[in-house]
Amino acid sequence: MDALDRVVKPKTKRAKRFLEKREPKLTENTKNAMLIKGGNANLTVTEVLKDIYAVKKPFAVLYKKKNITRPFEDQTSLEFFSKKSDCSLFLFGSHNKKRPNNLIIGRMFDYHVLDMIELGIEKFVSLKDVKNSKCPEGTKPMLIFAGDTFDLNEEYRRLKSLLIDFFRGPNVPNIRLAGLEYVLHFTAVDGKIYMRSYKVLLKKSGCKIPRIELEEMGPSLDLVMRRTHLASDDLYKLSLKQPKALKAKKKKNISHDVFGTAYGRIHMQKQDLGKLQTRKMKGLKKRPAEKSVEEDGGISPKKTKSA
Amino acid sequence: MAAVRVEELLAAAEEQEAEKQRSIAVHKELELEFDLGNLLALDRNPPAAAGLRGAGPRREALLRALARDNTQLLVTQLWALPAERAGSAAGPLVAQLPEPAFRLPREKPPPRPRPPTRWEQFARLKGIRRRKRTSLVWDEQAKEWRRRWGYRRAGGDPARAWVAEVPAGADPDEDQFAKRRREKRERVARNELNRLRNLARAHRAPGAAAAPAAPLHPTGHQSRAELGRAARVARLSTASLGRFQPRLPKEPAEPPPCGGGRKRRFAPLLGDLAAERSRQLELLRGMSSKKPPLDITRAVNKQLREEDAEAAAAKGKKRAQRGKRGRRQQQRPGRSGKKSSSKQSGGKRQQRPASGGKRKKA
Repeated sequence: MDALDRVVKPKTKRAKRFLEKREPKLTENTKNAMLIKGGNANLTVTEVLKDIYAVKKPFAVLYKKKNITRPFEDQTSLEFFSKKSDCSLFLFGSHNKKRPNNLIIGRMFDYHVLDMIELGIEKFVSLKDVKNSKCPEGTKPMLIFAGDTFDLNEEYRRLKSLLIDFFRGPNVPNIRLAGLEYVLHFTAVDGKIYMRSYKVLLKKSGCKIPRIELEEMGPSLDLVMRRTHLASDDLYKLSLKQPKALKAKKKKNISHDVFGTAYGRIHMQKQDLGKLQTRKMKGLKKRPAEKSVEEDGGISPKKTKSA
Repeated sequence: MAAVRVEELLAAAEEQEAEKQRSIAVHKELELEFDLGNLLALDRNPPAAAGLRGAGPRREALLRALARDNTQLLVTQLWALPAERAGSAAGPLVAQLPEPAFRLPREKPPPRPRPPTRWEQFARLKGIRRRKRTSLVWDEQAKEWRRRWGYRRAGGDPARAWVAEVPAGADPDEDQFAKRRREKRERVARNELNRLRNLARAHRAPGAAAAPAAPLHPTGHQSRAELGRAARVARLSTASLGRFQPRLPKEPAEPPPCGGGRKRRFAPLLGDLAAERSRQLELLRGMSSKKPPLDITRAVNKQLREEDAEAAAAKGKKRAQRGKRGRRQQQRPGRSGKKSSSKQSGGKRQQRPASGGKRKKA
């Protein structure tokens, strides 16, 4: 029975829960990121990984030790890490002569690499270097992408999608308005991508909407795009596919027009006014003889029909 | 004099209002795109490239100004969302975000339904449907309703029987109790084995049922079947569709085409004319006849099921009649007993001639 050996059955409830948490779900959990230090990473790259970890914190794992691997040549070790820590986003940092200060940002689908894009760091300002107040851990950032370059070609479009996926954090139904205090701003100009993070200060403007002032917070990076590995169209389409159960069911008898106004169709039965209960008075009471006649009349057609 | 004052005041107020608006107003050539569910804004306007190319401090200031304007626009949108105070009246203002609109890939594929077990497959093939069994059965000996299975089950637990019959032709020295116990143990073990087999099959081939042309994702460890499939695909992927590929010494001449997609085969143009005629006639007959072709297995199963259903319906009817009678009995001692009885009698009177008439007609 070699087939039986392959079934991994959890022995305890706890192990079962652990495995269930990793199974594919209808509505997915927040994507976790793993930040991996490469075989030879210099101080800059290490600091970048640490800062990104601080930004992403509850949904990230930092691999602090050296990991001698090259994601563009062999993805198996990344896939192994992904399976181990159940992370589907990764940021791999390395440094060598050919590609100094190298970051590889990517995501996984079903524990296989979907997209990855190599970015070179040109300039880096750390969280520690900026002497300002910081945001509390786990703040959901506002993401802003500026520049027409982000719609220029498929690579930039994927990069935008990848960055949104990486930094957006948990999916929330509502948010405290005063808690919006963190902005990640990406600007793409001349083949460079400027990533800046600011703390938001809400100032009084005299009306309901506050005036915004920004304060540099860090980390800020100037990036250039290097190699890319994008998923094929089929695989990308497959990964975008939503399960049928999540799609909203069509409700009967409700239609919408172009402006989004809802129209309902109501089916009403004719009201029998003979049964209407009016004011009760002694004078209007039915005598027993009347009642029996009415009942006979009322019942008889029904009975004959059924027989 | 007074009129001038009023006008002045109004103008001043208007100016003040405009001043306030100016502090939060931002002008953009192209409007931003928002996805408030993700707190996301996309600005399509090309930024001033000349300024950004300049020295460090100037560039930083420009970037910051750009970021400020965009953030202001996003915050304006967010503040316009329906919001309410959390908890009490003094709580923080909480805005309700819409669903995220920017489509992002999933982390894992959607969950697959559990593949049918071996029995379920078989039952489907044969058209066997699940029948409901009552949990209680009438125990003749105990004269009461008892469970079909388990503790205090109807007919007594066979494992606890104190006497066992020695079957004719059996070894008289054989322990019948031990035999029964052993058989039960074997049954349990077989069931468990089958359960595990089903689990293993479900585990092994998740993609086989869902997608026949599963993409060849790279995996760390490829199973034997996967390697075989890869080899088959590779063999056929030559210009001559693998006709001139060398074979291994013990490899069969024509590897069986399993799963790799069968080629269409046409019958030869010239050949058996009688067979062709009969085939065509058969096809035409099938098309012209209204009746679907008869599948004997299905038909037999259907008949059996119908008989079952009839038997069940007859049983149910009996029970229903009993139930009705019971209800009627209960009704009699009610408060308005007189009225209800009169009503019934009236109804019956009406009913009888009508039903009789119908019977005559039929």
